[in-house]
Amino acid sequence: MRTDTVAPTASAPEPAVASPRSRLASAWARPGVRLGLLVTLVLALAAVYLFTAVPGSLEYALKIRSTTVVAMVVVAIAVGVSTVVFHTITQNRILTPSIMGFDAFYMLVSTVIVFFLGATTFLRADPVTLWLVQVAIMVAFSVFLFTWLFGGKRRSIHLMLLVGIVLGTFFRSLTEWMQRMLDPLDFQVLTDTGFASLTRPDETLLLLTGVLVVLGCIAVLPLLRTLDVLTLGEPVAVGLGVNHRRVIMALFAIVSVMVAASTALVGPILFFGLIVANLAYSYAGTFRHRWTLPTAALLGVVFLLGGQLLLERLFGFGGSLSMVIEFAGGLFFLYLVLRKGAR
Amino acid sequence: MGVLIGVCLVLLGIASLFIGVSDVSPAALLEGGTDGTAAFLLAASRVPRTVAVLLVGASLGIAGLILQMLVRNKFVEPGTTGVTEFATLGMLVTIVLWPGMAVMGKMGVAAAFGLVGTWVFLRVVRAVPVRQLVLVPLVGIMLGGIVGAVTAFFAYRLDLLQSLGQWSQGSFATIMAGRYEYVWIAGVMVIVAWIAADRFSVIGLGEEFATNLGLDYRRVVAIGMVVVAVITAAVLVTAGMIPFLGLVVPNIVSLIIGDNVRRSIPWVAGLGALFVLACDIVARTVRFPYEIPLSVIVGIVGAGLFLWLLLRKGSRAH
Amino acid sequence: MIALDSVTKRYNGRVVLDDVSITLGGEGVTALIGPNGAGKSTLFSLVGRLVRPDSGTVTIDGQDVRTAASGDLAKTLAVLRQDNHIAARLTVADLVEFGRFPHSKGRLTAADREQIDRAIAYLDLEAFRERFLDELSGGQRQRAFIAMVLAQDTKYVLLDEPLNNLDVRHMGEIMKLVRRMADELGKVVVVVLHDINFAATYSDRIVAMRDGRVIADAPVAEIMRPEVLAEVYETPVDVREIDGRPVALYYA
Repeated sequence: MRTDTVAPTASAPEPAVASPRSRLASAWARPGVRLGLLVTLVLALAAVYLFTAVPGSLEYALKIRSTTVVAMVVVAIAVGVSTVVFHTITQNRILTPSIMGFDAFYMLVSTVIVFFLGATTFLRADPVTLWLVQVAIMVAFSVFLFTWLFGGKRRSIHLMLLVGIVLGTFFRSLTEWMQRMLDPLDFQVLTDTGFASLTRPDETLLLLTGVLVVLGCIAVLPLLRTLDVLTLGEPVAVGLGVNHRRVIMALFAIVSVMVAASTALVGPILFFGLIVANLAYSYAGTFRHRWTLPTAALLGVVFLLGGQLLLERLFGFGGSLSMVIEFAGGLFFLYLVLRKGAR
Repeated sequence: MGVLIGVCLVLLGIASLFIGVSDVSPAALLEGGTDGTAAFLLAASRVPRTVAVLLVGASLGIAGLILQMLVRNKFVEPGTTGVTEFATLGMLVTIVLWPGMAVMGKMGVAAAFGLVGTWVFLRVVRAVPVRQLVLVPLVGIMLGGIVGAVTAFFAYRLDLLQSLGQWSQGSFATIMAGRYEYVWIAGVMVIVAWIAADRFSVIGLGEEFATNLGLDYRRVVAIGMVVVAVITAAVLVTAGMIPFLGLVVPNIVSLIIGDNVRRSIPWVAGLGALFVLACDIVARTVRFPYEIPLSVIVGIVGAGLFLWLLLRKGSRAH
Repeated sequence: MIALDSVTKRYNGRVVLDDVSITLGGEGVTALIGPNGAGKSTLFSLVGRLVRPDSGTVTIDGQDVRTAASGDLAKTLAVLRQDNHIAARLTVADLVEFGRFPHSKGRLTAADREQIDRAIAYLDLEAFRERFLDELSGGQRQRAFIAMVLAQDTKYVLLDEPLNNLDVRHMGEIMKLVRRMADELGKVVVVVLHDINFAATYSDRIVAMRDGRVIADAPVAEIMRPEVLAEVYETPVDVREIDGRPVALYYA
């Protein structure tokens, strides 16, 4: 803290005890306090969701609802952390990694399997292996894209994203073409697989996604301070001794894993990360990632849980949470861009 | 080169008249005469379809060209700027609010929504630093994504999701006489663009330059916006969403003959028409007798071309 | 010593640095001058390992810049580029703290804090410590960045056009600071300057570049001659002596 070195003159005496308002203000200024408040809010929402308005047996309701809560936490962490890290890597706060078309790739892989190996192989395959294969291919694809477009002479994240989007459309068209070339019976198998929803996740897959997300977070932990340096931009970061290319690639791989896992679980999530990340920057009040990352994850849980509570209990729109969130996220994105430009 | 395109167009156009499930070969025509089924099909289905394909190809290319001039960015087209999505939302609104409305009316509403979409996009783009070329289509695509999500949400609540998917799918399968004439309006827009061509070139230099040369910048931009919106709506109503066309064709033409709009318009129109015609023929023949939607073929080929444009040496995208 | 040995660099087929061989580091302050497009910023980027040479080697104290560990290099060399626009909202203290990253990797010790305080004091920024960068004037912001470079505590300091967008008063301040860094702190400072007279007044040695080549490399007195400057800037330049100091006149 700075100490004033001005010579004391006849000025008003310092109050002996800080007023309650200024004490509140200084407490609020500390990121730890804000985070604590957020944790309390999350716990409260969870309690309300789990224990209120129980239609029948509490035990049964708890069983189903706790799966939903866990799914929401996992997805919120995946989306929040990956978006914030992605923003730092790209030095841009209005893009999200999922616009690269992870979902298109997921559908393509399923279609390719059915196309070349037949519907029976697909149906009889172990869902865990299938899921792991799909996630692995998605991650491999995005890391390849990244290395190809970003690692060499061309160094533009935006170009990479645009290429990813175009490839996404390409994959979607390819998928549809293959589907139309399929035997109608095989085609039927494909239409039945889709994405799970947040409220009815498959438990084994949820566990797998959870493991991947946790692993991703553990991988990010040692890089927290380096992430802070990355906010200064590439030239300054390199000047300060950061091995920029390697760090960015590692971080991008972690982001891909988390986005791929959550996409494979609940489908494409485009704009949710945007709201959560940008609100996290404001709420946390600091650029340091050791605060913004947990804040983003927790805010994500607040929105998902709170949104579901509102929709389910108040409006009866139980199944549309993801759509509403995407809609709201999109509007927020427009607001962001129109307000402060797309830096 | 231009002669080549012209010749291909004529040849493929004639070929297109004869491709289809029913037998409409020259032999069948001779047999049946002017009252026979072959002649009827030719007039009611084949000719309208071929004409629609040509008009759509030409006008979408022009719409892309105009939009590129307005935004001063080579990587935009109605499909990557949210305009198509806005027009689709407009179509949904008419279905819901005025289900009995004539197709002309539906097109008008879609065009109006498309106009709003163009305006929103131009506003949004003004906030993007001009040097970051690739950021503009990215922002446009996200914009399109939002509007698409809104449309999907309402369609979902109103149980129209499947219909939405069907009529926004790019396909010429349902074109027939009496139901396709609206695409001629797109053709009229192409003429309007041709008349205003020089002004669009100047707009491509930026507002300061344009005003300095005595041009009413805002009025020309407004005309451009209307052209783009009407073409998008007309094509949407007739054939659905066709990706990449408006982006890829003007870029290829620009590589060959530069950016003078008056000179490029015929080329863009011709090449666009040829491209869509070729894709449509492929769509009809690759899994005969079934038809694959055109947007799928264009999606595959167009994506490849778009990627090549982005990644080739000398591209200003990187 | 910073040594470039037969370094060539091309961008899109255009040769930006053409077989440049030079050593920097003997004297206190070296000024790098030359017209736009001469290759000065590229030279800095090569030394600062931001880009790789197409041929030739760049060594710092004998270590090849390409193979040396980036973290270690950051303790020997600090580069400040022309455009410093930072997206995040940082205070002056935050920014200067980052200067210690190569040494502390983010965990600040008492020694680190001392260096930070010293850098802030040296640049006269104590009053602005907790202010955000975007609230400062151009001159103050530039001082903040130089404070960060100072906190990095390196032997070599490269400053690329540090006087851009500054008003006259601040330009003089910064150059006096540069001189003090060399004289008082013993640093080897290389500065890219547009204004030949600032170079003449504050540096010991001037290196002149044009079209990707070094065309003159000598102590100040030898460079400040009409024939030499005319060749560097490709326009007639008159040199007068005012109060015992050489002043270049390129207005007529």
